[in-house]
Amino acid sequence: MAIQTKWKPSTILLIILFAIVSIIILFPLYAITLASLKPSTEIMRQGLNVRFDSHLFSMNNFVSVFEHPYYIRWYANSLLIAAIFTASSIILSAVVGYALAIYEFKGRNIIFVLVLVTLMLPTEIIILPLFKLMISFKMINTYWAVILPFVVAPLPIFFFRQYVTGLPKDFIDAGRIDGCTELGIFARIFVPLMLPAFGAMAILQAIGSWNNFLWPLIVLRANEKFTIPIGISTLLTPYGNNFDVLIAGSLVAILPLLILYIFFQRYFISGLTVGGVKG
Amino acid sequence: MNTKFAVDASTSIPRSSFWRSLPYSKKLAPYILVSPFIISFLIFFAYPVINTVIMSFQEILPGQVKYVGTENYENLTNRQFYRAMYNSAVYTVLTLLVLIPVPLIFAVLLNSKAMRFTNFFRSTLFIPALTSVVVAGTIFRLIFGELPGSLMNEFLSLFNVAPANFKQSAPLAMFIMVILATWRWIGINIIYFLSGLQNIPHELYESAEIDGANAMDKFLKITLPLLKPVTIYVLTISIYGGFAMFTESYMLFAGNNSPKDIGLTIVGYIYKSGIQKNELGFGSAIGITLLGIVLIINVIQLKFFGLFRKED
Repeated sequence: MAIQTKWKPSTILLIILFAIVSIIILFPLYAITLASLKPSTEIMRQGLNVRFDSHLFSMNNFVSVFEHPYYIRWYANSLLIAAIFTASSIILSAVVGYALAIYEFKGRNIIFVLVLVTLMLPTEIIILPLFKLMISFKMINTYWAVILPFVVAPLPIFFFRQYVTGLPKDFIDAGRIDGCTELGIFARIFVPLMLPAFGAMAILQAIGSWNNFLWPLIVLRANEKFTIPIGISTLLTPYGNNFDVLIAGSLVAILPLLILYIFFQRYFISGLTVGGVKG
Repeated sequence: MNTKFAVDASTSIPRSSFWRSLPYSKKLAPYILVSPFIISFLIFFAYPVINTVIMSFQEILPGQVKYVGTENYENLTNRQFYRAMYNSAVYTVLTLLVLIPVPLIFAVLLNSKAMRFTNFFRSTLFIPALTSVVVAGTIFRLIFGELPGSLMNEFLSLFNVAPANFKQSAPLAMFIMVILATWRWIGINIIYFLSGLQNIPHELYESAEIDGANAMDKFLKITLPLLKPVTIYVLTISIYGGFAMFTESYMLFAGNNSPKDIGLTIVGYIYKSGIQKNELGFGSAIGITLLGIVLIINVIQLKFFGLFRKED
């Protein structure tokens, strides 16, 4: 079996091409990693460069990240919001998508059209009335304001509906005959079958929550309530202070998703490419 | 249909108690299950949409709201608004011009028979998609820093180009924002196109080969037409992403203010008017304009491509 396959010249050319493209794509991350190891004064005075000055390397910037009065707090906030948002979002959306796929009921088509309508209009259009609503709910500066308006999300509903439509329906009647409740049929029969969809949507919602910017920027007002992206953006001022926390902190902010990506790559790819292929 | 369900429900479960039979009701179950969406839709979508239409005809001051007719819309005819529209439109068009053909070609190459390590390269090119715009913006802001020693200026100095202050020039700032979007999205779009390519049956290419088609024929006559649905999808999300752009500009200019508004986008203008200046009425009028743009794009798309025709 171990016969060496001979590569055609076109294969070698393609591999060289993609190796170059990959290096270009990864280069910004390399540059920021290198910068995170150098004294921030160096970056402030000289600008971001990729000189490999190993004598300057230290972990001081990462120490500053942990000593920063708020960074850890922002991180914890982001983790908490992402966990609550992701868990409730996939459960609620799965239930709705499941109902749209399984049951024939009056109003089903209208509801599905409404899902598509919310999907097709950018939420940026309604941030001001939503902001006003949050003020009247007295939710400004709370995590509820970040989570609640978007927790029932049209894209996962759409995805779950498509996914369940493709599943076999033979078990439903068997379940009913055996005395299963309607919710039991969902929880015991369909949830196990829907696990890959749950994985993909969990990743989609977790990335969305972890990286979300505009809405938390509007509703979170106090430093100790900020999420990681909002916190990092406050470090970036036109006067350029706090470079140490900014650079090392940006890098630390990528870590959770990078670690998840290494283990659950499949779900990242299916989660972020929802709708690309139907059925 | 309904009578069938009614018979089912009454025969299989004794009607001893309404509450006991409730969990078994096939008629009620779907309504209970879709209720989260209905509640969320009414409170967090329908009401705000209606409210923003109303607000756009109001002047909203603390404790005092008054109707001002079309004044907010008349006030839209100002230089800042045109600048925001112009920036968002140019950004959208440029990202489309880069982020559709380039990932398409990369996907075709990755999918070609001669290619090896396809999955490895696919995973590598996807990594930037994990970074938030905030983190990516921070990195690109530093790469395109104004200091002569900053990465891009140092690179340009190799070609004897004088160091540039990228954030002072409208075309250069736009260039950086497009580069940033390209960097973050290229991997995702490659995966879209790859999955589209993998759905094209091999037999089509084989029979085309028998008929004497060359690589270019196959690409133009088989690959491109069959990638149409994926391309339309990528086009759609790119247009939305383009007109909804905000954070890229916010990060590049370290806040929502840029010199002479060279980085101002429509959403940036909504944020500036509604949140920073607290002119919710005027901000809503900008939001309605964005809604109008999106609706027009939707109508054009439905007319030309029939996006969801297959769905129902």
